Amino acid sequence: MDERQLRRRIEEVRTGARSRRAFLREMMAFGLSAPFVAQMLAHSGVAMAASDFKYAPTKAGGGGTLKLLWWQSPTLLNPHFAVGTKDQDGSRIFYEPLASWDPDGNLVPTLAAEVPSVEAGTVDRDLNWVVWKLKQGVKWHDGQPFTTDDCVFNWEYAADPATAATTIGTYKDIKVSKVDDHTIKIDFPKPTPFWADAFVGPRGMVIPKHLFEQYKGGNSREAPANLTPVGTGPYLFVDFKPGDLVRGKLNPNYHMANRPHFDAIEMKGGGDAVSAARAVLQTGEYDFAWNMQVEDELLKRLEEGGKGHVDIFSTANIEHIELNNTDPWKEVDGERSSIKTTHPFLTDPAVRQALNLLVDKLSVEKFIYGRTGKATANFINNPQQFVSKDTSYEFNVDKAIAILEKGGWKPGGDGIREKDGVRLKLVYQTSINAPRQKNQEIVKQACQKAGIDIEIKAVPASVYFSSDVGNPDTYAKFYTDLQMFTTTMTQPDPGDFMRQFLSSEVASKDNKWQGRNITRWRSDEYDSLYHASEHETDPVKRAALFIEMNDLVIKNIVVIPVVYRPAVAAVSNKLHVLLSGWDSYIWNLHDWYADA
Amino acid sequence: MLRYLVRRLLLAVPSLLGISVVLFGILALAPGDPFSDLASDPSIPPSVAAALRAKFGLDDPIYLRYFHWLAAMLHGDWGFSFASRIDVSRLILQRLPTTLAVIGASQILALLIAVPVGVYAGVRPYSPFDQIASSLALIGFSLPTFFTGLVFILLFSVNLHWLPFVYRTDIGGSGFALYWAYVRQAIMPIAVLGLFQGAAWTRFVRASVLDVARLDYVTTARAKGLSERVVITKHIVRNALIPVVTLVALSMPIVFGGAIITEQIFRVPGIGSLLIAAILANDTPVIMGVTFVFACLVILFNLIADLLYGWLDPRISYR
Repeated sequence: MDERQLRRRIEEVRTGARSRRAFLREMMAFGLSAPFVAQMLAHSGVAMAASDFKYAPTKAGGGGTLKLLWWQSPTLLNPHFAVGTKDQDGSRIFYEPLASWDPDGNLVPTLAAEVPSVEAGTVDRDLNWVVWKLKQGVKWHDGQPFTTDDCVFNWEYAADPATAATTIGTYKDIKVSKVDDHTIKIDFPKPTPFWADAFVGPRGMVIPKHLFEQYKGGNSREAPANLTPVGTGPYLFVDFKPGDLVRGKLNPNYHMANRPHFDAIEMKGGGDAVSAARAVLQTGEYDFAWNMQVEDELLKRLEEGGKGHVDIFSTANIEHIELNNTDPWKEVDGERSSIKTTHPFLTDPAVRQALNLLVDKLSVEKFIYGRTGKATANFINNPQQFVSKDTSYEFNVDKAIAILEKGGWKPGGDGIREKDGVRLKLVYQTSINAPRQKNQEIVKQACQKAGIDIEIKAVPASVYFSSDVGNPDTYAKFYTDLQMFTTTMTQPDPGDFMRQFLSSEVASKDNKWQGRNITRWRSDEYDSLYHASEHETDPVKRAALFIEMNDLVIKNIVVIPVVYRPAVAAVSNKLHVLLSGWDSYIWNLHDWYADA
Repeated sequence: MLRYLVRRLLLAVPSLLGISVVLFGILALAPGDPFSDLASDPSIPPSVAAALRAKFGLDDPIYLRYFHWLAAMLHGDWGFSFASRIDVSRLILQRLPTTLAVIGASQILALLIAVPVGVYAGVRPYSPFDQIASSLALIGFSLPTFFTGLVFILLFSVNLHWLPFVYRTDIGGSGFALYWAYVRQAIMPIAVLGLFQGAAWTRFVRASVLDVARLDYVTTARAKGLSERVVITKHIVRNALIPVVTLVALSMPIVFGGAIITEQIFRVPGIGSLLIAAILANDTPVIMGVTFVFACLVILFNLIADLLYGWLDPRISYR
């Protein structure tokens, strides 16, 4: 799909000839995230649509205690120190960002009065700045007014390297200034198509200046408010036990009318995913459980308990197989998989195509993941009903054999194919995780039929996903031929996500394997497309560039996408929630309510 | 006695130092990175995790990190958790009461089972009661706590809906309802730990009573016409329980170890679950802190066992 076709479709959405949701699905099939598409539409004059969630209660309170179960529990409540999503979720009970992402990728104002837009003159046409208007009359839990100064302070706080904030990446390059008491302006160092990063979503929560002012920089750890948050959110802080429990109670002065519905909230942590699912679905001890990494078969059985159901919503997590472009078995200058080498046979398109045909994605979906993993051909995200023509997938052993034969790979004495003395023997690694080991078996069996020998290797997750420079088994080192893991697109904009195929991002000894390009695939065409996208200010043109990049990755079989993994939560049958894969699980906690 | 105590305490210092070196070394050599969550998030530049590592001193050589830790420890500073940026001592103190309450209650339960059952079985060996008690003890002793824990959850929570299986520290309400809620949620973890320990001790008490009951002075006591009750309580049990007391003291550290798993299953926020969470998050200061507390407990209870033994049995003298 090129820019012209894209524009035609956007026009159709504007005139109503094409539904917004259908367009969104189609774009997601091309590897674009929902928020990205929503921004593209907004930029083209199609207003962001409100989600169809109805908040029924007519007054605040009266809902009793909302009991949440996070099997990995929050260990801190300062959003700028959050290490994982669990910490962001714990903080989100008390703190709020200016705007949040809904499931369709729309920006929903929370502490902002409105979402900035080009039409309103609050987003620069050349994307050099954005202006946020803050909601008036918002008060911190201690009664102090929430103003522009707080936002400016958050920027200074997070951008200061001495604070050691984990949000520093979002804030360090921008400049935030006060226009008046309820207006801030963010200046970008260069045109920034994805302007909704700072002050938005999980990394955008705002902490109060008057309590953290003294603790900016080196003594950031000593702030008492790190443990006793004072925010603007729907619930007031009551108690926090790191790694165990967060408790809050209704905020009577909340800035949204008739909210929140619950009188108290508690987020209990610890344990494991299966028993968390049980506590919501089967015994009803809890109302909501997060991140149900549980086999679908088991979830279905627990759902028969009748107390709750499983809520599955889209994200951009892809379980994929990476093909090594370099030789993992030859050591050059103290590192294997060095870009000074090339893989003896994985760079042969025939082998790549054959491997692509030998991954039985449908079986993986059907027998391993069920509802929690959908077979996909695209790298980023692909609801099955909109498979793009260019990047379809199939499982076909005969076709794989034919391609290998044509490529000159003939079976040797033991049935393993070889060419010029090079034998098709591969080592395939992943982390230790039951579904992944089953997947390895499925791939291995299919490859065996086609004359490719696969040796399976499973590494403990704590080793595999660590950035330990001394360990040869990390995924970033990639000292094997194939490997499989899930990449997550935590930011709604594909800009950072697609860096992982840039030549300049190759993981190597020089950058301590911190480079994002793990397959070590290098393509001038891709690089130039990516650089064009960095300077492209027109969201539609930029979207076309990303679609093209996605197609390049798939056509060259840089990676083999296996399943797209939506997020899964267990929800009590009484509870009404709207879950978004582009933001925290509790992005609209103020709207949650339960039937009496 | 006092000299012995001082000597033992002085000896404990090099032991603890050695333990801390080994623990620190193993943790430093083990793979893992407290900021791996950040490293695998594509929207956070790698420099963020690198800067945090540098700031928290994770890139220093192992020996330097150890001496930093040791120096701070000698000043009473246990360091702070990488995951929550809270002082380790505060985290441990927050968790300790729960662990002590659950473990204490389970040990009392274990003793309440082990002593009467063991004594009764011991004075009537090979009677039907003894046969049944011994068989049950063998079963209870053979089933690991993680297994009985799951069976209990399935039976009492899922099927019968009698008890909750998520332990909560803060329960709303007051008065009787509050206490009842605490008791209800604590029944299963305490029972799992207590029954396991009780089964082990029952066998021991029985064997010990059996040994003592055969001795000549017991026969003498009976021969001079003392009632059976007096013979058992005054003459048999008193002497039979001497080794049991030391066994109880010595098995304390093992109980703490077993509690780790039980705490994880029932989500009891004790130091055991703190340790597991810290290990999963590669939170070195917390792991060091908790394991160090365990090490101290082992040494302390060993010492208590030795002292108790001497106090109960005057034939033993300390030199």
